[in-house]
Amino acid sequence: MAKITFITPDNESVTLEATSGSVMELAVQNGVKGIDGDCGGVCSCATCHVHVAEKDFPLVGEPSEIEADMLELEDEVSEFSRLCCQIKVSDAIDGITLKVVEE
Amino acid sequence: MSTDKICVIIGASHAGVNLAFSLRKEGWEGAIHLFDSDPVLPYHRPPLSKAYLTSNDPIEQNALKAASTYKNEHIDLHLGVKVIAIDNTIRTVSLDNGTTQKYDNLVFATGASPIIPPIPGIETATNTYPLRTAADVLHIKNTINTSSKKRVVIIGAGYIGLETAASLKKLDASVTVLEREERILQRVTSPTMSQFFLDLHTSNDVSVFTSKNVVTIESLKENDIISNIVKCSDGTLYPADVIIVGVGVRVNTELAASIGVEIENGIKVTETTATNIDRVYAIGDCSFHHNPRYGRFIRLESVQNAVDQAKVTAAAICEKETKYDTVPWFWSDQYDIKLQMVGLSDGYDDIVIRHEEESESNNKFSVWYFKGSELLAVDAVNNAKAYVIGTKFIKKPTLIDKIKLGDSAIALKPANLLL
Repeated sequence: MAKITFITPDNESVTLEATSGSVMELAVQNGVKGIDGDCGGVCSCATCHVHVAEKDFPLVGEPSEIEADMLELEDEVSEFSRLCCQIKVSDAIDGITLKVVEE
Repeated sequence: MSTDKICVIIGASHAGVNLAFSLRKEGWEGAIHLFDSDPVLPYHRPPLSKAYLTSNDPIEQNALKAASTYKNEHIDLHLGVKVIAIDNTIRTVSLDNGTTQKYDNLVFATGASPIIPPIPGIETATNTYPLRTAADVLHIKNTINTSSKKRVVIIGAGYIGLETAASLKKLDASVTVLEREERILQRVTSPTMSQFFLDLHTSNDVSVFTSKNVVTIESLKENDIISNIVKCSDGTLYPADVIIVGVGVRVNTELAASIGVEIENGIKVTETTATNIDRVYAIGDCSFHHNPRYGRFIRLESVQNAVDQAKVTAAAICEKETKYDTVPWFWSDQYDIKLQMVGLSDGYDDIVIRHEEESESNNKFSVWYFKGSELLAVDAVNNAKAYVIGTKFIKKPTLIDKIKLGDSAIALKPANLLL
């Protein structure tokens, strides 16, 4: 079980719980604003961009090569950027905070 | 914004569903009625030929939105209901359950239907399916799982046919692909990419045959098991326990045409996705729209087009200034190959193929399509960097040094490629 907090572009905080699937799926299923997941989670569209809270970044880890390349399309890319369709929900990421990047 | 207005959307797939939610984001306070004849909670279609086909995950795993989010956003989702007639003089749609629904704004997100070619025997052939809906895929999965020989013939080597072939290999099926044209993917990509995918499938033990015109399908009964014999015009025969038909689609324009909407290669719309009839719009696979970047009318079958047009329509209905102006992009996943495509390559007269040096398998490369000095499109295989740089160059036309681009010793960075 992992609790994940999303800070939406209009600064709302939403905390959701899940045991499996991807963080993008969790966000889309619960209508978290700013996470679209248009490609269904195959790292093709970059519409699930988040900035991971700095303290949580080691828990989530670095993006893969393809993900890092896709992030280069984004204007708001930072060293803490991830596409959250590529973050698997697990106990290891319990308690993380993600700031949703507005398109 | 007025709360007593009603928006009716016909079709609840990528375009229709995204429109409903985009309307709320744009501040639409009126009713939203979303109709689809498919009874299943709207789902992502790309996984149908990929992860959904190979896994046992329920379709809900691929839902576009959770059922509760429609309720939360006050979107009335009517599934398993078909719009059978429209009277635009009284602005009402009639449904096959005998009810009617009034509208102020009407949106066609009616998509397209798979073509079943008029091959003698195809109507009565056993276990013969298109691949467009979740139900189609369930039928295919169930048939494969209960078949001992698992012989599949796929008619048509487009992206859906080839993705399905790759997925079925994971299910231990014996797969044959029959393509009518001289090369696979002929309608949608260049000879270079066609050859790459032909080699890929051949090396994965899929039998791909081109210039194969299927003329009949006959039924064969052996030990109480019924299968098919697919016969081609050159006399060749292919036994099939399952036949998958992937020869393209026909745009669903009948309803729109019935109220006088202008139809060309799809439902013709303006840059705001409006049809020639006031407060009637069309989006997604069914729309024939103008692309400013390429300066011509096009019709696209893609998630990107469906989602982006939905946003434009939502803004237009909410009377905000808007214009559909995007560079199209697509993707296809087959085996461990990720193909990302950006732009439209039609009309190219020059090609640059770039293989990345670190790639041992030749499976990381990109094809850059030019018309003179203008970059039209990029196909990137396992190479998101090429896709991203290509996207930037196409969006902001840039003079590119083709010699440097083709030289894998020069790192793939925008600054290295300028003329």
